Amino acid sequence: MSDRQKDFLHSLCYLSPSLLGVGVFFILPFGVVVYYALIDGVGSRNFVFLQNFIKLFHNSAFLMAAKNTLHFSLIAVPLAVVLAIVLALMLECRIPMKSQFRTFFLSPMMVPVASVVLIWQVLFNYNGTVNEFLLLFGADKIDWLQSDYCQIVVMILFLWKNLGYNMILFMAGLSNIPKDLLEVADVSGASEAYKFFAIKLRYLSPTVLFVTILSLINSFKVFREVYLLTGDYPYEKLYMLQHFMNNTFRSLDYQKLSAAAVIMAIVMVVLIALLFKVEDWFGKDVEG
Amino acid sequence: MRKKKRTFGRVGMFILCAVFALMFLMPTVLTITNSFMSESEIKSNYGMIFSTTSGGYVSETVNLKFIPDKVTLSQYVTGLIKSPDYLIKFWNSLILVVPIVIFQVAVAAVAAYSFTRWRGRIRSGIFFFYVILMLMPYQVTLVPNYLVSQWLGILNTRWAIILPGIFAPFSVFLLTKFMRRIPYSLIEAAKVDGAGEWEIFTKICLPQCRSALYSIAILVFIDYWNMVEQPLILLQDAEQQPLSVFLSSINAGEIGLAFAMATIYMVPSLLLFLHGEEYLVEGIANSGSVKG
Repeated sequence: MSDRQKDFLHSLCYLSPSLLGVGVFFILPFGVVVYYALIDGVGSRNFVFLQNFIKLFHNSAFLMAAKNTLHFSLIAVPLAVVLAIVLALMLECRIPMKSQFRTFFLSPMMVPVASVVLIWQVLFNYNGTVNEFLLLFGADKIDWLQSDYCQIVVMILFLWKNLGYNMILFMAGLSNIPKDLLEVADVSGASEAYKFFAIKLRYLSPTVLFVTILSLINSFKVFREVYLLTGDYPYEKLYMLQHFMNNTFRSLDYQKLSAAAVIMAIVMVVLIALLFKVEDWFGKDVEG
Repeated sequence: MRKKKRTFGRVGMFILCAVFALMFLMPTVLTITNSFMSESEIKSNYGMIFSTTSGGYVSETVNLKFIPDKVTLSQYVTGLIKSPDYLIKFWNSLILVVPIVIFQVAVAAVAAYSFTRWRGRIRSGIFFFYVILMLMPYQVTLVPNYLVSQWLGILNTRWAIILPGIFAPFSVFLLTKFMRRIPYSLIEAAKVDGAGEWEIFTKICLPQCRSALYSIAILVFIDYWNMVEQPLILLQDAEQQPLSVFLSSINAGEIGLAFAMATIYMVPSLLLFLHGEEYLVEGIANSGSVKG
């Protein structure tokens, strides 16, 4: 046996537990999911190709869920990126208690959402603290979770939980910027804004890409927060894709479920590829 | 002049940080302090929100209070001793999460070794596939998980959550990134000394990434400790639900108890955080890029 073959066998040997598990629990059944998405029923098994997808795009619940999820992600993801950069830059300044602040900002990530929803309910109830506070300024009371403002409540919870993680990623990115580059900029009298946009942001671009992808995925998981805050039947604007999936699981409509899963997978792959392209174009001259 | 401006800026920045810190800490601290209130104090403070018709004094407005009038452990006594329901749910959480953490890290360690030690087009293809899989949301992965559980007859049992959890590719990805930083010369040297692959793996690679293993274990733990989606779909039986799901179904009359149980539920992950924050930060920082 040649060295190459031996190496191959060894590598396969070490990889096999994971590969086997991934194969059985993810890849193989996903193949079946794709198959289910293309047939008309588990009983009759006729190929109908795109019909399930077309049906899905005419399903009002799916459309509403997709719209709400998209709406949430489009606002929450940029906020999660920008605010995390702001936090990371704040902690870059020379201030006392820096490591304590880092601990404080990171701590929400360790707190299970289920544990803090009670406080959110107290804050954003119709008779809650936030309304009491707004009353001081003469604003009208808002029933936060039962109005068009409901996404804001969930967004605050989302940001509260995720900003710390993103901040750590940006802090790591900032510490990788060559110090001499910033010193040269200082000596030549560059403004803070110039230093940020011309130097720091360029070097941070891979991190921005990663944090964007990560926040996007986390924004798809925001069902968790909504469910714990409002239960199975939230206000219309909080009906997320995962609600749609849960309800479809209840009726066990495999065709609908599979078509929805396949569409989500395609959307994710396209989005990730797109973000990679953007990052390539943006960070071209720093890498290497 | 310039110096003065700078000190002023630093003070301003410090105040800003403090304000942010307050906002980040407030929900956690409030939950903990409220758990030490008696049921009647809770009712008088939050009666308007979690309204039940039962008597007692209910304040007109909501009082969000940081410090209880009288510190009492009565909620904890109820939750831990008088009604076993919560304790069972807490146990459910543990029994789901602990095996996932241990075995996901173990499976990942072996796989990461393979990805580190041998490169090739097929293997980097597989690795890239793992990254894509890692990035897929639950809306995609839960349908395949459901189908497999059905075929294997493990739907509605703990295995339906534990088994896919063990093979989730997140730790493989992160651990591979750590392992690839071990100097290749170390492995070469061991090979020259006649060490086999298993020896290289256990005597060189694993000790080198001890802190990485710890940080990944923490990350996996909090991810699953907080899970809601999987149990909702894969465990229909209310008896087996973890505390994360059960906490949301507490009825309005027991809000004080809910605060106490919410606090208890935070304890394991907060302890891990206080003990391993440095490792955790290192782990997060290293997850920072999907490339390479």
